[in-house]
Amino acid sequence: MGDLPPDPEPPPQPTSSRRNSQVSERRRSREHTRPQPTVPEEVQQIPLDAQILRGSREMVSSQINRGWSQGASLTPSENFIFQAEEAQRGSIEYPSLNTGFPSEVQPQTYPSEGRLQASHNASLMLQQLQQGEGNLFQQVESAYQEPRADLLGQYTRYQREDLQFSQDTQHGPYLRDDPALQFSPSELGFMPFNMEVPEPEPRELAVQNAKAYLLQTSVNCDLSLYEHLVNLLTKILNQRPEDPLFLLESLNRTTQWEWFHPKLDTLRDDPEMQTTYEMAERQKALFGRSGGGEGEQEMEEEAARMAVPNIMEKAFYFEQAGVGLSSDESFRIFMALKQLVEQQPIHTCRFWGKILGLSRSYLVAEVEFLEGEEEVEEEVEEMMEGGEVMEAHGEEEGNEGEEKVTDVIPKPTWKPPPVVPKEASRNGANKYVYFVCNEPGRPWVRLPHVTPIQIVQARKIKKFFTGFLDAPVISYPPFPGNEANYLRAQIARISAATHISPLGFYQFGEEEGDEEEEGGARRDSYEENPDFEGIPVLELVDSMANWVHHTQHILPQGRCTWVNPLQKTEEEEEELGEEEEKADEWIEEAEQEVGPPLLMPLSEDAEIMHMSPWTARLSCSLSPQYSVAVMRSNLWPGAYAYASGKKFENIYIGWGHKYSPENFSPSLPAPVQQEYPSGPEIMEMSDPTVEEEQALKAAQEQALAAAEEEEEEEEEEEEDEDEDQDD
Amino acid sequence: MDEESLLLSLELASGSGQGLSPDRRASLLTSLMLVKRDYRFDRVLFWGRILGLVADYYIAQGLSEDQLAPRKTLYSLNCMEWSLLPPATEEMEMQTSVVKGRFMGDPSHAYEHTELQKVNDGEKVFEEEVVVQIKEETRLVSIIDQIDKAVAVIPRGALVKTPFGPIRVNRTFEGLSSSEAKKLSSYFHFREPVELKNKTLLEKADLDPSLDFMDSLEHDFPKGLASCSSSGSWSIQMERGNTLVVLRSLLWPGLTFYHAPRTKNYGYIYVGTGEKNIDLPFML
Repeated sequence: MGDLPPDPEPPPQPTSSRRNSQVSERRRSREHTRPQPTVPEEVQQIPLDAQILRGSREMVSSQINRGWSQGASLTPSENFIFQAEEAQRGSIEYPSLNTGFPSEVQPQTYPSEGRLQASHNASLMLQQLQQGEGNLFQQVESAYQEPRADLLGQYTRYQREDLQFSQDTQHGPYLRDDPALQFSPSELGFMPFNMEVPEPEPRELAVQNAKAYLLQTSVNCDLSLYEHLVNLLTKILNQRPEDPLFLLESLNRTTQWEWFHPKLDTLRDDPEMQTTYEMAERQKALFGRSGGGEGEQEMEEEAARMAVPNIMEKAFYFEQAGVGLSSDESFRIFMALKQLVEQQPIHTCRFWGKILGLSRSYLVAEVEFLEGEEEVEEEVEEMMEGGEVMEAHGEEEGNEGEEKVTDVIPKPTWKPPPVVPKEASRNGANKYVYFVCNEPGRPWVRLPHVTPIQIVQARKIKKFFTGFLDAPVISYPPFPGNEANYLRAQIARISAATHISPLGFYQFGEEEGDEEEEGGARRDSYEENPDFEGIPVLELVDSMANWVHHTQHILPQGRCTWVNPLQKTEEEEEELGEEEEKADEWIEEAEQEVGPPLLMPLSEDAEIMHMSPWTARLSCSLSPQYSVAVMRSNLWPGAYAYASGKKFENIYIGWGHKYSPENFSPSLPAPVQQEYPSGPEIMEMSDPTVEEEQALKAAQEQALAAAEEEEEEEEEEEEDEDEDQDD
Repeated sequence: MDEESLLLSLELASGSGQGLSPDRRASLLTSLMLVKRDYRFDRVLFWGRILGLVADYYIAQGLSEDQLAPRKTLYSLNCMEWSLLPPATEEMEMQTSVVKGRFMGDPSHAYEHTELQKVNDGEKVFEEEVVVQIKEETRLVSIIDQIDKAVAVIPRGALVKTPFGPIRVNRTFEGLSSSEAKKLSSYFHFREPVELKNKTLLEKADLDPSLDFMDSLEHDFPKGLASCSSSGSWSIQMERGNTLVVLRSLLWPGLTFYHAPRTKNYGYIYVGTGEKNIDLPFML
C-alpha cells in the first residue's frame, strides 16, 4: 500500500451529494485497507465511514482495490469520488444502524476497522499507537500527519463519531444518516471542548455495548438481530437485486423464515406432508384402470355395466341448485363408486349423500345387490341370532327343573317386550344395502341391516356422528348398537322421509287386488314408468302435489309393514308350555299401525309448526326456461331433490339430524318398577305395640288365674267329696 | 370470505355441501365490486347465506382499514341489490331472543309475540297481553351479530396489531403449518377479545402481543370430551386428501371455516337456517 499524496484541495462538491448513500457498500477487507489521505473534507466523510456494515468481504473491496491500483495516480479526491460511487452503487440505506460487525470480527475491531476510514484516522491512529496494533496505522499516520485538518476539525470528528457510535445516553443519541443534518456547525457546537480527545475506552465501550445489544437473542429464538442483518445483507449482496430498497421488506421476511425453517436434508421426506402424500397415493389408485388388458372386450363390458350412474351429471344439476360438493370431489366419488361396483356384485348403485361427522365424514352409497348375492351374509347373521335365542330358552328350562326341588321362590313375572323382527332384505327399510367410506380412496364398509328397535331408539336420541363406525353411542335411552347401527338407522329415516320423485315417474306394478283385504295388502313395489313425459319445471315448483314419496314410510313400530309382535311362532309355543300361555292372556292386543301409502304426494305431508315441510324453488330465477326445480326439505335440513325434464335425483348432505322447532328433551328415566305384586302372604304384619302386648299379657294372666281357681275349686270339691266318703 | 378470491373460496368451502349456484356466483362477483366502490370499503367479505322459507338472504360485510372495527353488514335477496343493515344493539338481541323458528325470507315480515305486561292503571295493576311486533330485519341483524361474535374464525397470524393500535392484515402471512392447523389453539375468534384478560400471567407471557390479541377457539364452551378428537363446539377435519383443514361449528350448524395449510387461503362462510343449536350438549 502506497502512501497517497495528500490532497490539499477539497474534493469537488459532488461528493457531498454522493454521501447520501449511507452505505456500507464500501466493505473492504482488512487486507485491502487503503488509508485515505485526510483532508478537511474528511469531516464530511465521517457519516459514511461511521456507518460501515460488514456483512461480507467481497467484490466491492476488490473493485475498490482495483480502483485503487488503477487510481494510484489518481488524486485522492478522485479516489474519494470513486469510493463514493462504489458506495452509491449499492445504495442500501440503513439509517438506524450505526454499527454492525460480523460475528467473526472481534470486539476490539472497532479501532482496526476505523482505520479504514479516513476520518477516523486521527483518533484511531492514536489509539492504535497506544494499543500497539496494526502497522498499517503507521502508514496512515504518516499520511495523516500531512493533512491540514485543523484541530477543530479533529475534535469535531471525534465528537461526530461519539454521536454516531454510542448508544448510551451519556454519549448522546445516534443521528440519522441525513447529510443535511450532519454538518451544520450548530450541532457541533453543543459538544463541549473539554472533551478533548475522548478516551478510546468510552467509545469502544459504546461500540461494544451496541454490538452486544445487537447480538442478544430473545427467549423465543436463537437468532439475534445482528445475525439476521448479517444474513440479510449477505443474501442481498449475493443476489444483487435491481432495487434492493424496494425488496427490503420481503427479503427481510424470507430470511427470517428460512432461518426457522431450514430445508431438511434431501434424503428424508418432510414428515408433515406424509399423510398428504399417502392420501394422494390412495386416490391415485382410484384413477387406475381395473386389472386386466385393455382389449376391446373390456371396454364393451364396462359400457354395458351401467351400474354406476352418471354422478357428474347429477352433480352438475345440483350445483345449479347451489348444493353439492365441488366438481373434483364429485369425480373422485364417481371413481370410488366404480371401484365399489367392481368389488361387489352390485346391480344398481347410487350416491346417497354425505353425512358430516366430528372427526371424519361419511360418504354413503345406496346399493342394490344382484339377485341371490347377498343372502349369504344374511344367513350367517340369522344363525347367530337363532343360536343365542335357543340358549336362553335352554337356561330357563333348566332353572324351572331346579326350582321345584327347593323352596318355591316367586318367579318374576316381567317378560321383556317382544322383539319386533326386522324386515327381510329388499323389503321396507332394508330395501337397499348401504356402503360407507370416509373419503374417496378408502375402502367401502358395508352397513348392517337396520332393526326396528334401532329405528325406534334413534328417534329418541340426537347425537353427532364421530366418524368412526365402531364408536359406541352413549345415550339415554340406550341405543342398541354402535355408530354403524345408528348411522344406518338415520339413513333409513332420511330415505323414508325425503326421497321424492316427480309424479308419474314411478307407477305401481300390476294390480295386487283390493287394498281393503285383511291386513291391508300395501303396495310396496313400484317400477319406472316408461311413458313418463316429464312435468314442466314451473309446475313442479308451484304445487307440491306433483311430487311423490317413493320410499315407504316407517311406522312407529320401526318397520314399514306392520307385524304383530305378540304372534308367537310355532317353536315358541311349544317351548313355553301351557302354564305360561294362560298368563299371557292378559296382555293387550297390539293395535295395527298404519302409515301413509307408497307414492303419496307431498301435499299430504304433515306441517311443522305451520311451516310447510318442503321449500320449492327454481334454481335460477333469471333464466326460468333452463332452470331446474329444486326441493329443499325443512324437516331434514340437508335433503335436496331436483327435477328437470325426465331426470331427477335426491341427495342428502348434512349432519344427519331432524329439524325440530322445539328443543330436544331427552326421555325421562322409566318409573321405578314394582318388585312383586303385594298379597297377603308377603304382607308384613305390623308388630304389636306395647299396650297391646301388655293387654294380651294381662288377659293371659287373667285366664291363667281363672284356670287355677277352677282347679283349686275342683280340688276342694274332691277333697270334700273324699271327706264325705270317709264318714 | 374475501370477494377477491370468491371462486376459489367457494370451491374450498364446498365440503359442507352448501354453496352457490353459478348464476349467484356471477352476480356476486360483479355486485360486490360495486359495493366496495360505493361504500368505500377496504375489504368486502361474502358472509354467507341464510335460508328462509320463501327466499334466502345473501349477506356481505364490509371492513375498513382497522380489521376489528365494527363491520357494516349488507343483505340482498338476489345478489344484485344490496341494502345496508343497521348495527346491532343489545335491545335488538333481547327482542329477538323470543322469536324462534325459521326465517321467512321477507324482510318486512313481522313476527308476533305476545307478552304479558303489567299495566298500571291508577291503583289497579293488571296484566295485559300485548302483542309485540318484531321485524324480520331486526332479527336478521341480531342473528348475524350473534353468529359473528360466536363463531367467526381467523387463523393465528393472519392479522397483526401495529404498535399504534389499528389491526391490519398481515401481508406476510403464509399460512399455518400442517401440524399447527390441526390444533384449535391456532385459530382465533374474529372479534374483540373477551377472554384474554382472564388468562394467567404465565400464559400471557407466552403470547406474542402483535399476533395473539384475540381469543383462541380452545376455550370455547362446551369443552370437548377427552375421547373424541373434536373439541367441544368445533369439529376439525382434514379434507381433500389432507390438504385442506375444515372447521365446522356445532353450535351454529352451517358455519364452515376452511384453510389450506401453507397457503394464504382461508375464510369462513355461513350457510344455514340461522338457528342456534341449543341441543349441543345432548349431542356430543
